[in-house]
Amino acid sequence: MKRTTEWIIEKLIFISGIGSIVFVALIFFFLLKEGLSLFASVNVFSFLFGVNWYPISEPPQFGILPLILGSLLVTLGAVVIAVPLGIASALYVAEVAPKWLSEILKSGIELLAAIPSIVLGFIGIATLAPFLKNVFNLPSGLTALAGSIMLAFMAMPTIVSIIEDSINSVPRSYREGSLALGATRWQTIYRVILPAASSGILAAIMLGIGRVIGETMAVLMITGNAAILPTSILQPVRTLTATIAAEMGEAVSGSEHYFALFAIGIVLFVISFIINLVADFFMNRNKKRNKKK
Amino acid sequence: MDKPIIETSKLNFYYGSFHALIDVNLKVGRNKITSLIGPSGCGKSTLLRIFNRMNDLIDGTTTSGSVLIEGREILGPQVDLVDLRKHVGMVFQRPNPFPLSVFENVAFGLRIRGERRKNVLEEAVCKSLSSVLLFDDLKDKLSLNALQLTLEQQQRLCIARLIAVTPDLLLMDEICSALDPMATMKIESLMLELKKQYTIVIVTHNMQQAARVSDECGFMLLGELIEFGDTKKIFTAPDDQRTDDYITGRFG
Ligand SMILES: Nc1ncnc2c1ncn2[C@@H]1O[C@H](COP(=O)(O)OP(=O)(O)O)[C@@H](O)[C@H]1O
Ligand SMILES: [Mg+2]
Repeated sequence: MKRTTEWIIEKLIFISGIGSIVFVALIFFFLLKEGLSLFASVNVFSFLFGVNWYPISEPPQFGILPLILGSLLVTLGAVVIAVPLGIASALYVAEVAPKWLSEILKSGIELLAAIPSIVLGFIGIATLAPFLKNVFNLPSGLTALAGSIMLAFMAMPTIVSIIEDSINSVPRSYREGSLALGATRWQTIYRVILPAASSGILAAIMLGIGRVIGETMAVLMITGNAAILPTSILQPVRTLTATIAAEMGEAVSGSEHYFALFAIGIVLFVISFIINLVADFFMNRNKKRNKKK
Repeated sequence: MDKPIIETSKLNFYYGSFHALIDVNLKVGRNKITSLIGPSGCGKSTLLRIFNRMNDLIDGTTTSGSVLIEGREILGPQVDLVDLRKHVGMVFQRPNPFPLSVFENVAFGLRIRGERRKNVLEEAVCKSLSSVLLFDDLKDKLSLNALQLTLEQQQRLCIARLIAVTPDLLLMDEICSALDPMATMKIESLMLELKKQYTIVIVTHNMQQAARVSDECGFMLLGELIEFGDTKKIFTAPDDQRTDDYITGRFG
């Protein structure tokens, strides 16, 4: 009797384990099948490097370079804002703030992670966009910069908590060694702790990018959505993700446009995959190094 | 004896409410090796860490009494710890080189003192590595990550890192406990070599080591300095019964 129950449980676990793998494989297969269908009529080069995204004009043009650059520009902007801020906040939380304050700050950062991105996007439209419009004297505040700032906020919790972890896992003995040599606290942070935590910091940056590049709703709302080649961060842009979200509803199933959106999905998938791979690499290196000590 | 380099009087130290050092009166002489022995937990490390104020890193501690180093009081809030630690260097129980290159480890102390000139740094690195007898082994490997050295080499490197900034006093807390007997022997002969230029205070649970290398020796028990004096005397004709019991191996 017991035997059979165990046998059933074991098989159930096995099936759910296999099931999740099968689902991922199916999704991936579907994505590839639909996406690659596009390349029966459009060549890969003019898809990736074409500068015009006119999916419903006659004949349609499916060049996603403006979208790729839009994504890169918004992401890069977000990284430039989030990384220095993230390192600084993580250092403050881990090294400078008294214990009670750093506990409060940590909960605050977690809370920030819990805000749905659409809410952030909404707040951005209501406050950030008008602000940028006034400051830079623009026709509209809905620009790449607005997107970058919003995304920086979204990436911050990930970045801060991973960097904070890796700072905390720097062996105490490094700190003592440095202080015992007459280094000030700041010299210790800058010459010993940050270099020792560098792999974790790189991993945090990569995961932050991963979080940002896949983000959809907030950027759809706040970047102005113009599929043109961006020349400045103060211009409206459109990202890969926002394009899919905005156009999926109107693309006729089985049309070239529909396939093109899936092909964008493949591009996104490849980008995220690479970023995760790199982040993983740094995370593991960090773990290994700290284990050695 | 000459004017002592360290002189403590009525030194008391607490971790929270735990009384870890009780009325310690101690004089450490110049260019000597002074050893502190005693059973584990008796407060040897605590006492050593008073001299460069490393205990300040621990929350909730209190210190009272007086500790003079080179005639200057080092207890109290007005003391510049960064400056103190530039004069009083410490080597730790587990080798703790920074995860940087060999060169950067030794140059660290100079760099944080604002030294940028390459030739000065290079010279100091060579000289310090030579004085811990590492130079010949490592002269072609200055860019190697220090964590890849053997433990003995790492510990030597940690000593070199201190010597590069020429402190007056070297504190060494069980620095051989992670090393094998051969490496321990070599580090001991290094200590004897360094004694010519530095004053050294070592903590050890290894009585033979204290007997071999130190000139003067203090025996501690439960936070008290029971007996202090010439090493030979402590090991052959101690005044206190408890010292006798300890060195003859009746406890500890
Ligand atoms: N950070 C600390 N907090 C509280 N008690 C401590 C701390 N460090 C050491 N102690 C206690 O102080 C006593 C002396 O410790 P220590 O100086 O490390 O001894 P030793 O080096 O002689 O083995 C021990 O009883 C130990 O438990
Ligand atoms: Mg100890």
